[in-house]
Amino acid sequence: MNRATLDAIRAARRSRQEIALVTDLATGDQHFTDATFDRSQIEMADAVTSFVHVFRPTLRLIVVGAVHIAQKLVPLARLADFAVSVVDPRESFASSGRFPDVGLAHAWPDRAVTDLAPDSATAVVTLSHDPKLDDPALISALRSPAFYIGALGSRKTHARRLDRLREAGFADADLTRIHAPVGLSIAAVSPGEIAVSIMAEIIATRHGRVLKTVDS
Amino acid sequence: MQNTDNQMFETDDILAVLDHAAHWLDAGQRVALATVVQTWGSSPRPVGSQMAIAEDGAFEGSVSGGCVEGAVIETGREVMLDGKPRLLTFGVTDDDAWAVGLACGGTIQIFVEPVLDDEALSQ
Repeated sequence: MNRATLDAIRAARRSRQEIALVTDLATGDQHFTDATFDRSQIEMADAVTSFVHVFRPTLRLIVVGAVHIAQKLVPLARLADFAVSVVDPRESFASSGRFPDVGLAHAWPDRAVTDLAPDSATAVVTLSHDPKLDDPALISALRSPAFYIGALGSRKTHARRLDRLREAGFADADLTRIHAPVGLSIAAVSPGEIAVSIMAEIIATRHGRVLKTVDS
Repeated sequence: MQNTDNQMFETDDILAVLDHAAHWLDAGQRVALATVVQTWGSSPRPVGSQMAIAEDGAFEGSVSGGCVEGAVIETGREVMLDGKPRLLTFGVTDDDAWAVGLACGGTIQIFVEPVLDDEALSQ
């Protein structure tokens, strides 16, 4: 690999662009390809064995509500290789003291989530427990291709939330994208335990595994 | 959202490996890059996993659960000296010179290549 190739891959990752590098495994010769591949794989053609390395953008997690559970969820998400942003217009909640070294957005959640532009490699979870903050964030998330949308709150809370979102014009098919009550059913109680159940559900969803959510 | 952007890079393990490679080149070190290109059976790290290796023995990233890193680093040092890439295969049934097995029972193929600074290329 030469320096120009190395730097091109680094630049692509910094700008969240997908890039695919083809390496001749006998000679080490390399070139980038525009062809689309589902995943990194060996390719054989004309007696040449190549490795196609597909570099996909990093996973992202947008946490809405800079609450206690968020403080537990952020380090967990980072362990699982997610880049994390925390959204909360209340600067005393979303402070760098409570969330050291984390991207903080203080705009109103609909605007903040839209600005963060969730893509199909992004998960969005609302934790504020306040419809004034959570609903606008969910509306922005539902209008994005986010692979996971989760909302904290009991079944009762979620039923009322669904009513409001239907009034906002969303169809039931859209609303089934929301995982609520959020997280896997592991009898989580403390903020840290709830964070584990949420992170486990996000990972399972990412890998296409459908699991039972929390009973409330 | 500069803060968000910075945060994004810090958690990007793949970028961390490549950034280390660039940093070592900038510091005048020779560098090799190891990439998992194929796996059979259970394997600890998926295809595409990478590890950068510096001349001084420093490394970043992983290509297995730790079982073959030592051998890959050795090969990386050979590769950075002679400039020729190598394709390594590790597995429990492996009886070649690489007497290193995978505890998980899988087999992995790892491509180890030199990373050449453009200045070095033109010399």
